[in-house]
Amino acid sequence: MEPIIETQKLSHIYSAGTPFEHIALDQIDFSAQKGEYLGIIGHTGSGKSTLIQHLNGLLKPTSGKVLVEGKDIWQDKATTRWARFQVGLVFQYPEYQLFEETVYKDISFGPKNMGLNEQEVDRRVREAAGFVGLADSVLEQSPFELSGGQKRRVAIAGVIAMEPAVLILDEPTAGLDPVGVEQILGNIRDYHKAKNATIIIVSHSMEEMARTADRLVVINDGRIPIEGAPAEVFSHGEELEAIGLGVPQMTRIFHRLNALGVDVDPSVYTVEQAKTAVMELLKRKGMM
Amino acid sequence: MALKDITLGQFFPGNSFLHKLDPRCKLLLVVFFIVSLFVAKNAAGYGLMLAVLLICILASKVGFKAILRGMKPIFFIVVFTAVLNLLYTPGTGTPLVEFWIFHIYWEGVRTAIFMVFRIMMLISCTFLLTYTTSPILLTDALESLLGPLKTLHMPIHELAMMMSIALRFIPTLIEETDKIMAAQKARGADFESGGLVQKAKSLIPLLVPLFISAFRRADELAVAMECRCYHGGEGRTRMRQLKYAFRDYIALALGLGLCAAVFYLNTLGIF
Amino acid sequence: MPNTILKTESLTFSYPAEGAPKSVLQGIDLEIEAGTFVAVLGHNGSGKSTLAKHMNAILLPSGGKVYVSGMDTADESKLLDIRRTVGMVFQNPDNQIVANVVEEDCAFGPENLGVPPAEIRQRVNEALAAVGMYDHRGHAPHLLSGGQKQRIAIAGVLAMKPKCVVLDEPTAMLDPIGRREVLETIRTLNRESGVTVVLITHHMDEAAQADRLIVMSGGKVIADGVPKEVFQHVEELKAAGLTVPGTVALLWELRQAGLDLPLDALSDEECAQALYQILR
Repeated sequence: MEPIIETQKLSHIYSAGTPFEHIALDQIDFSAQKGEYLGIIGHTGSGKSTLIQHLNGLLKPTSGKVLVEGKDIWQDKATTRWARFQVGLVFQYPEYQLFEETVYKDISFGPKNMGLNEQEVDRRVREAAGFVGLADSVLEQSPFELSGGQKRRVAIAGVIAMEPAVLILDEPTAGLDPVGVEQILGNIRDYHKAKNATIIIVSHSMEEMARTADRLVVINDGRIPIEGAPAEVFSHGEELEAIGLGVPQMTRIFHRLNALGVDVDPSVYTVEQAKTAVMELLKRKGMM
Repeated sequence: MALKDITLGQFFPGNSFLHKLDPRCKLLLVVFFIVSLFVAKNAAGYGLMLAVLLICILASKVGFKAILRGMKPIFFIVVFTAVLNLLYTPGTGTPLVEFWIFHIYWEGVRTAIFMVFRIMMLISCTFLLTYTTSPILLTDALESLLGPLKTLHMPIHELAMMMSIALRFIPTLIEETDKIMAAQKARGADFESGGLVQKAKSLIPLLVPLFISAFRRADELAVAMECRCYHGGEGRTRMRQLKYAFRDYIALALGLGLCAAVFYLNTLGIF
Repeated sequence: MPNTILKTESLTFSYPAEGAPKSVLQGIDLEIEAGTFVAVLGHNGSGKSTLAKHMNAILLPSGGKVYVSGMDTADESKLLDIRRTVGMVFQNPDNQIVANVVEEDCAFGPENLGVPPAEIRQRVNEALAAVGMYDHRGHAPHLLSGGQKQRIAIAGVLAMKPKCVVLDEPTAMLDPIGRREVLETIRTLNRESGVTVVLITHHMDEAAQADRLIVMSGGKVIADGVPKEVFQHVEELKAAGLTVPGTVALLWELRQAGLDLPLDALSDEECAQALYQILR
């Protein structure tokens, strides 16, 4: 399968040639498939923010390439701008970028910049608002009167309205309470299903990533030391611990059970899987 | 270039004689130096001051490069003033050069050269001050030197507090500007192309969130300061106490000496 | 009540709003014992931050009373005494650091209190050492990590020698490393210096570490007790828009499936041991 977005030996060096030189990305080969739900994990300063800003052409590689649908996004100006709309990027705390008088106008900022006609802009704004569960009545309100969680959803709708083939979200649930977290994750899943879009979520929460992503990419020190399906990634417990990321709680508990001599597969990472694993073991033993 | 690359309040930590001087003393010395600059009338005065400045730069160990780098943004102004002075200073005697409607006299050349030196030395000495004094010490010094004005009900403490808070938040707000700019660019905003009106308009998506965020920060900071018992300057003590040392008295005496020397040199007719 | 540091009596609070005022706190009666580590858990809008802001007179009650070491927070003449007794740490580390050098910031509180310079220096050194940031005393705060900045904020409060520190979601904006740093700092503070800690949070794993857990919802206290006990009310917590720690969630699910498991095995080890008992 052809990846929808790909980097080839991508490097980025900040303040090159000065004493403050800092290698943020070191020859990264990264790719995401069409329709994939991908998680990028790394702690602050690992290079994850630098990486995602390359994916939609906000940062220019020091060396290496970024390809969207096989096209080098830096080959000419038109392609760079095209890539910006193909790859939607929602920053951390996106509610701090709201600026318009009404929610409607704010969500329409992106589509308007794409040069779409009024009818199409209107359709997209309403659809995007629907995806994040904003009622029609909210559209005419000022975004600054909304609650924190609602503001966040308006900001995400502002990027969704551009209907990007790849939607990247940097810590979309930061600072939200459990209800807010579920709501946002649900909105993203809906968009993923409805548009068969590629979703890339950046997070440092192992628990959250474990529950949502098909595949995980770990970034540390500007490189990708581990990637694969969640169970595969979480089997590198010690390595993850050394990076300062750790593994989900269920994985830890099942490793402990393993060490105690219980015959369970330690690759579980959600409460649901843990429950199933316990029930199955009991069945095997004929205790249920 | 990212906005955060711009250096502000550029302080070079160090251990030189200049670094060790009391900030109030340095501030006064800069004032003496600037006064002398405006008093100086002839090459002897300028020469003496240039020599003093060069010795100070050498002693500070910040390097001439750093000083020259700071000079870059004002290069245009220097050239512009020089040319204006060169062309428009009226003179007695015969012009050195004549073309079109311009007459360049010896007086013009002289004023232009002095002007260039005056501006460059003025900038250099203030840079030397900010390079060798941490912003917080500078604010302390200002508050202490202007302290007597408090009796006239001038809000000196408030002014100093505002300055130090501004210094604290400039890097934070610059970082924030970078972030908002990137976020709006990701939504297709274009900050570069278009005419002046278009460009001004394109700043709205940047400025509105920036102001809102600045006000939110101000609100939160005010509450945090109150929680830490801030209630104005009254009854406040300071951890860092400024103290004049022997070297400060020497430096001040030398500074006054420089002023006097420039006055004296003015009476000699060199240039 | 010699041992009560914070006390609220039928505390109510409402924000003025168009039409009817918006009621945020609906009658809170709490007593917090000196030297304890108390967590206040609740979803956004549950009133937990509003409650915190009453603990050092940033907000004053619309009805009822709040006492700090016996002082009524509505008594304006006691304001400074109240605020030096109960220090406050907020969510955004950037917006509570005043000075552009770490030690200067730490000195801000004692300077406001008019403490003599030599003693400020000593307090600053002690406070920075207590949060493990002494080596960074000459740094500019904006170059530090979120966790470090938050520890500076804690040191700034400690330098006022408070009896109690209230932290309003201090880890919400931090990554896991920062969160761990801050939590460890808080725990050490409570254990070694005997400072009363009130931690406002919506993270279950943080709340689980407290001596006492108060759960808020809709402006009321809906549960109050030791974490092990409180977390057993899985259904009530879910109804209040909260989750329970993964360990309790798993045990609860298994109990629903008919297994005989305790619900109070809160730590990983306890949970693993409980499972081991039925699986071996």
